[in-house]
Amino acid sequence: MIYLDLLAGFLEVGCFSFGGAYAAIPLIRDVVLSHGWVTEEMLTDMIAVSESTPGPIMVNLATYVGTSQAGIPGAVIATLASILPAFLIILLIMIVMKKFMDNRYVRAAMRGLQACVAGVITAVGCYMLYQNAFRPLAAEAADFRPLALAGVLALIYFGSRKVMKKGLSPIALIGISACMGVVLFGI
Amino acid sequence: MLLDLFLTFFRIGAFTFGGGYAMISVIEDICVARKEWITHEDLVNVTVIAESTPGPVAINCATFVGYRQKGLAGAAAATLGVVLPSFLIIWLISMFLDRFLEIAWVAGAFRGIRVAVGLLILDVGIRMIKKMPKEPLRIVLTACTLAAMLLISIFAWNVSTVVLLLAAGAVSLAVYLVRERTAGKDGGRE
Repeated sequence: MIYLDLLAGFLEVGCFSFGGAYAAIPLIRDVVLSHGWVTEEMLTDMIAVSESTPGPIMVNLATYVGTSQAGIPGAVIATLASILPAFLIILLIMIVMKKFMDNRYVRAAMRGLQACVAGVITAVGCYMLYQNAFRPLAAEAADFRPLALAGVLALIYFGSRKVMKKGLSPIALIGISACMGVVLFGI
Repeated sequence: MLLDLFLTFFRIGAFTFGGGYAMISVIEDICVARKEWITHEDLVNVTVIAESTPGPVAINCATFVGYRQKGLAGAAAATLGVVLPSFLIIWLISMFLDRFLEIAWVAGAFRGIRVAVGLLILDVGIRMIKKMPKEPLRIVLTACTLAAMLLISIFAWNVSTVVLLLAAGAVSLAVYLVRERTAGKDGGRE
């Protein structure tokens, strides 16, 4: 029965997708390819679409595979199955967290984890900027537009904090970047 | 309140481009600065938890904030809110648009968005580093993980960030234990 397969398959994905979207891709691949739900090529396309559209790759893939295999009910089942483990784990942690966080050994470990997360996120930001703004410069026909766009966006975003009290919201920045992207690259 | 949670996270979910990290800046803007549902420190902690447990950061954050505000029902409302936009968008794409990214202006818009997302993520990272207490151990750990993560990205190594987290947590705990033992006679310190 396809619904049960979808449920079991995406519960598995949801349970073991540790460590960010990219680390989870190999696992997602195994599950969806072994069931024959998508072809290798569709999966590559889908990852490209997921990177561009909002939402975690895992959830997007679940919705996509669910729809293609069993319509809307399939999409709902697969999507809910993919998020259920994360939901339950956080609930569990929240319930025991108060005690957990008061433990001095947990706090000692937590200090290291906080430092690590700050480092990881900064690195991901640097790498994304390098990929999307600096790398086009090294292409055969060097493309200066992305870097110029990055400069203008940075100026708008950080500059707005000096002028306005709270500065421009991230959502507004994404909106502006999409419009500028259409003008720069899409026409 | 439930409706507020649902709608707020629906809005956040609609802008979670490029994995979960960019959403942290949206959550910080809305849930920390504007609505004051959680503190900056809560956000750092939930990011840590999200990174060390399965599931996307987006889902983990929504569940966390929702539960904080309104218990189980709040957690469910926020989590459903955050996934609904991507659900609808992917569903529409899979129904109507076979070659979605080949439309020139769509592809252009997304190229623009990816640049903005890089900026937002960098901003979140820098802010976390700035607000962190400046202890030597933390600074060293941050520098090491930053360098390691850059290498992992550049060479496309198949290393999960969980490995980095485990290492950093273990080092921090070990240093604490050693200090506790050496300072043991004075009653330890915290």
